Amino acid sequence: MSKLALRHLSCRFGSVTAVDDISLELASGEFVSLLGPSGCGKTTTLRLIAGFLPPSGGTVEMDGDPISSPASALPPEKRNMSMIFQSYAIWPNMTVAQNVAFGLEVRRLARAEIRARVGHILDVVRLAPFRDRYPAELSGGQQQRVALARAIVVQPAVLLLDEPLSNLDANLREEMRYEIRRLHDEFHITTVYVTHDQAEAMVTSDRIAVMNQGRIEQVDEPRALYARPRTRFVAGFIGRTNFLDGEVHGAEVVFDHFAIALARFDESPALRGKVAFSLRPQSIHLHRQPPAASERTCVIPGRVVQRAYLGEHWDYAVRPKDGELQLRVTARPHEVFEVNEHVWLEVDPGQMALLGSSIGT
Amino acid sequence: MRWRHLDKSVFLWLLLVAALLVLVINPLARLVWSSFQDGATGAVTLDNYLAAYGRWRYLEALVNSLVLGLAVAAVCVVFGVPMAWAVSRTDMPGKGLVWAAILGTFIMPSYLGAVAWILLAGPNAGWLNRVYMGLTGAAAGPFNIYTMAGLVLVIACYSFPYMFVFTRSALDLISSEMEDAATTLGAGVLRTTLRVTLPLTLPAMMAAFIVAFLEAIALFGVPALIALPGRIQLMTTTLWQFFEFPPRVQVAAAYAMPLLSITALLFWLQQRLIARKGYVALTGKGGERRVVRLGAWRWVMLGYCLFITSLSFFLPMVVVLQAAFAKAWGRGFSLDNLTLANLRFVIVDQPITRAATVHTFVYGGVSAALALGLALAIAYIVHRRLVPFGRALSYVAMAPFVIPGIVLAIGFYAAYTSPPLALYGTAWILILAFTTRFLPIAYANSNAAIRAINPELEDAVRILGGGRLLALRRVVGPLLKRGLAGAFLLVFIPATRELSSAIFLYTTGTQVLSVLLFDKSDEGNFEYLSAIGLILVLGTVTLVLAGLRLVGRDFMLTRTTTT
Ligand SMILES: Nc1ncnc2c1ncn2[C@@H]1O[C@H](COP(=O)(O)OP(=O)(O)O)[C@@H](O)[C@H]1O
Ligand SMILES: [Mg+2]
Repeated sequence: MSKLALRHLSCRFGSVTAVDDISLELASGEFVSLLGPSGCGKTTTLRLIAGFLPPSGGTVEMDGDPISSPASALPPEKRNMSMIFQSYAIWPNMTVAQNVAFGLEVRRLARAEIRARVGHILDVVRLAPFRDRYPAELSGGQQQRVALARAIVVQPAVLLLDEPLSNLDANLREEMRYEIRRLHDEFHITTVYVTHDQAEAMVTSDRIAVMNQGRIEQVDEPRALYARPRTRFVAGFIGRTNFLDGEVHGAEVVFDHFAIALARFDESPALRGKVAFSLRPQSIHLHRQPPAASERTCVIPGRVVQRAYLGEHWDYAVRPKDGELQLRVTARPHEVFEVNEHVWLEVDPGQMALLGSSIGT
Repeated sequence: MRWRHLDKSVFLWLLLVAALLVLVINPLARLVWSSFQDGATGAVTLDNYLAAYGRWRYLEALVNSLVLGLAVAAVCVVFGVPMAWAVSRTDMPGKGLVWAAILGTFIMPSYLGAVAWILLAGPNAGWLNRVYMGLTGAAAGPFNIYTMAGLVLVIACYSFPYMFVFTRSALDLISSEMEDAATTLGAGVLRTTLRVTLPLTLPAMMAAFIVAFLEAIALFGVPALIALPGRIQLMTTTLWQFFEFPPRVQVAAAYAMPLLSITALLFWLQQRLIARKGYVALTGKGGERRVVRLGAWRWVMLGYCLFITSLSFFLPMVVVLQAAFAKAWGRGFSLDNLTLANLRFVIVDQPITRAATVHTFVYGGVSAALALGLALAIAYIVHRRLVPFGRALSYVAMAPFVIPGIVLAIGFYAAYTSPPLALYGTAWILILAFTTRFLPIAYANSNAAIRAINPELEDAVRILGGGRLLALRRVVGPLLKRGLAGAFLLVFIPATRELSSAIFLYTTGTQVLSVLLFDKSDEGNFEYLSAIGLILVLGTVTLVLAGLRLVGRDFMLTRTTTT
């Protein structure tokens, strides 16, 4: 049974539908990210899970029991969850130790137990020397760790994090990503992590749910999400990509001035009519001479129209045949081609991800 | 809906709605309603309006009040604007002293100022007249406070601080850079002042002009002490006459309507002025400000400031102190005229004054606590969107702002003299009227305080298992504490000196000092009046000092800018 389940969850504010019929299940101990652009409904989803908002439709279930539905919602304080807020929400009138001990006091633990657990967690987040400081006397990163400690120390059933790193500077942000994953590996708390930064989601998560305009577009493990995006939005939001629009004609899929045999695609039986694919720039290889034909790949002639050297790699724009379509290709630094040079593009149809929605646009 | 899932704030909401019904809506509704009611039969009628506007005397009072308001506001400009400019922008010496004197002016209830001015400029016996006669050998002095001019002077003395504070805040926000921009374009100092500085402060000055005007037309205490003996008819004194036995509440209600509508209209206008977009420069933090060097003129400027504050504070304070400690005030400043008998009489010997002193501070304290509690609760649920129609609650809480105290009192009288809530004759009618009257001050302060608290701080408590109440107690409460102490005092202070609503609602067992002071004024025992006034002032000073300690120098400033 899943630990936490969102079933057809919706939330409307007047005429704005902030969360639109989303469903998601988390296994116990799983770390799932909600990833999407600002304003797509991530915070609202998190607040629905926490019980700060009643849903307009659908339910939230924990261990199989409904805890939120349009008719009634269990208040946040009865959900045994923890949340880390974008503003950290450290109480300025309490010291670090008092902040961290608060949740334990509410749970009426024995004083000795509280002291021991606070001491331990402050060691884990490396804040032991600062236990008697007030939040105003801490740096941003330290405040962040107080928030983490305060949320984790109560051993919640579910941990919710709302863009916890967005207020930190770049270096610290990178460090804290690994810190958050480390803490998860230590405590195995079922976690929902909200972010608009794909790298953050990739580093921390077991699975990522990509959100757009209040809907979940795709939920997958980070690698699958990158390799096999299922919608145009997901493909575009996670990394860079090329969109290829084509149409099935007999035994071929016809693109702009070139075609690929239908049989080459894994999904060939399902393909008909207009189709769209995402093809990562790294999945295209450029050659001066036509490469030897192979089972997997197919080869398309083209012409370099633009290039940029970025140190770690080359960025080429290549036009297959003389069509309008421009493909972006990433090549290693030693693979040098001139602008206007005729080249051969080697493409593996197996790496072309079929996009479900928005086909034919 | 399951009980465990139910949000208990619904009950709080119902409670607040009930409180606002009792405090604001019912008195107002009853005021309007009774203006159309026949006093004897309760039938719907327009007779009250005919009675209220059918006599030239009553219409003359209306006109007089408007003239008085305009004159007072104009004098406030003359008094307040130069002082504001001098304190904000020049190298005038003695700014601290001027500031202290203005604070003192705030602290002095205006009706006590009126008592002092009767001592200063009463015909013949007034100090100024006696000094004049002594110097010139004339048989009579030229000053008579019981005139329209006297009335304007006294009221302006206690309204000009608004002009000062508003203008000064505006000037403080105009950076020298803006003025420099004009100067570098070749404009002289005078032109810069007239073309740049003045227009930028104009909205604030107009707002203060309106406040002073409204104060003047709604004031009861000073007119009662000066206009009544001087036979100058005003709106507020006429209202009071309608209340003399037998009270004609319905006619009074009808007569109060213009006062209420003028106030509401001008208040709306004032809000528009302050909110005007063209003057955004005023809301930002101004840049650096350079002081204008006045040279020898700075002494002239100081002289002017001291002259004005002498009229409003120093002279009145001296004569009140003298009278409070004198066997007979007319015998002057000699040692053998000194006595503690007046104070003793007021505080110890006379049961009525003793009781009134207690009432004053108890009623003030209770109503301040009630107003603040209510205001906080409303501000909280409005900001946290706990209930539907929260905005409406906040409008109702701010509504008493546009109700003159005397009109509010008529509403309370109309609403609570008969069952089901027959509060008239008990202390509660005074306490609740004070609560309503100062609810807007409490609300403005609470609102600012709550707004400053990030709701996520409370969310964090709740998600960790603490309820809303625990969040209030452990987080919101401690964070609000400082600001709230200040807000409490800001309601407490005016509540201890409130006269205009108290005068209609007190009964023999529920007198407060302000009422007593007014009541005893026809006896002409000014030593006694001064002693009562002194107690009030000392009480206020104590509270203000507490406020300054808690909140800092801007304490009284916040009060006026929320006005
Ligand atoms: N309390 C609210 N009232 C009205 N609209 C809201 C409210 N909260 C969020 N929204 C709207 O819902 C949408 C999603 O907001 P949010 O969940 O905060 O997005 P995210 O966290 O992904 O940036 C936005 O369009 C936002 O304007
Ligand atoms: Mg957000």
